[in-house]
Amino acid sequence: MNPLRRIGAGLLDFCQQIGAIATFALVSIGRGLAGPWYPAQILRQMIDIGYYSLPVVGLTAIFTGMVLALQSYTGFARFEAESAVATIVVVSLTRELGPVLAGLMVAGRVGAAMAAELGTMRVTEQIDALTTLSTDPHRYLIFPRLLGGTLMLPLLVLVADIIGVFGGFVVGTTKLGFSPYTYIDQTLQYLETQDVVVGLVKAAVFGFIVTLMGCWNGYQSRGGAQGVGAATTRAVVTASIMILVFDYILTEIFFSR
Amino acid sequence: MTEAPAKIAIRGLHKSFGRKHVLRGVDLDVPAGSSVVVIGGSGTGKSVLLKCILGILQGDGGSIRVDGSEVVGASGGDLEGIRHKVGMLFQGGALFDSLPVWENVSFGVRARRKIGRDEARRIAVENLEKVGLAADVADLMPAELSGGMQKRVGLARAVALQPEILFFDEPTTGLDPIMADVINNLIRSLTRAMGATALSITHDMASVRKIADYVAMLYEGRVIWFGPVEELDRSGNDFVDQFIHGRAEGPITVGTR
Repeated sequence: MNPLRRIGAGLLDFCQQIGAIATFALVSIGRGLAGPWYPAQILRQMIDIGYYSLPVVGLTAIFTGMVLALQSYTGFARFEAESAVATIVVVSLTRELGPVLAGLMVAGRVGAAMAAELGTMRVTEQIDALTTLSTDPHRYLIFPRLLGGTLMLPLLVLVADIIGVFGGFVVGTTKLGFSPYTYIDQTLQYLETQDVVVGLVKAAVFGFIVTLMGCWNGYQSRGGAQGVGAATTRAVVTASIMILVFDYILTEIFFSR
Repeated sequence: MTEAPAKIAIRGLHKSFGRKHVLRGVDLDVPAGSSVVVIGGSGTGKSVLLKCILGILQGDGGSIRVDGSEVVGASGGDLEGIRHKVGMLFQGGALFDSLPVWENVSFGVRARRKIGRDEARRIAVENLEKVGLAADVADLMPAELSGGMQKRVGLARAVALQPEILFFDEPTTGLDPIMADVINNLIRSLTRAMGATALSITHDMASVRKIADYVAMLYEGRVIWFGPVEELDRSGNDFVDQFIHGRAEGPITVGTR
């Protein structure tokens, strides 16, 4: 095949996929908002995504905060700016690392599980069974997951920010010679509401992306166990890449603020 | 084709997946109150036919009328009305593995009318008894059931809605001959007791002889023979003869790759 034609075909396929995913998301949101609502399903997803992701996100946050304190101290000591460590830790965590790392962790834990669960439901005809039992899969399966991800990731990131800052505080006060009062004072002095808000907006977008990729890939999976496995891998990989792409786009949007 | 009015009337139904033409002009009448079994080899489009009637798959052309209502091209509300008349037993049972048996059985009833958990459980137990399962099965999870029990629970879920039409997708696949006969007897007795119209697909000839009033043979995307089950052995159709006797030699050729 002509190389140009191949590139064109690939591009068309990519655009078609984007359109199909966008339609899938809009249909799910539209039907989900129109009701009937399934509060038990929504609550289950919120617990699954929020509560059960806390340990992995918390661990990631505390070690990230600790490493950040050590590394920024090493760097800033070269031009005698060690006092900026607390500020660097809190701003990096709230604006950037908190949402991105939590998003990636949740993509690995929740996105994969969603794709596997929905994929299994698809290949064992459970999704078709739902349809025959007067239950719209978009309302019953997809919307609660999208809502759960979009609402819970900001909360997870808020907790991760606090745990991460605590990690930096522990290293700062036990290894780097900061007094607890100075560290906390410098953390709060330069932290702006905007930093936290930007991080939480990012988290909501990442939560939506992770659950959308998990749902889309699971819902579309075909061909038995192998198909479900491939869908799970695709869900994690596409969500991770999209988190990084959207992180840049959102950072660009909020850059001047 | 028969004297009784058709509950389901299919004319010139086409369905393709990409370049693969699965249904190439299916004509079939399912007389009201009778049991029609569609036979045919694997991959001849039997399951696709059922899913087209339910509107889970959209036919590419032709017409499917259920009680006079057109399915092909119908939108959400109209399709929902048609699905309200249908209960379906899926090939693998398609039980929701996150819900206990009683919630599976009463799922459709709860989706269609507001009832409390106690009432839903009572309905589930009542329907489980109809398929020969004791009340203590109600609290088990689907994973704890044998294949035969899963089929019976699936059957209880299909009949719980008191549908006018019942679909059975390979109801005896994967069961031992005795359990298969139990399921066949249940299908026969329940459909007769409910006065329902039944459409089944299978390649199990023992099942065909037990549950069918009429038999249709699907081959290369078309119904090539239709008649009362009593005439199956003297159909005068070489394709039917080869299929019902399970002979490798004959007009039906099976690819090895």
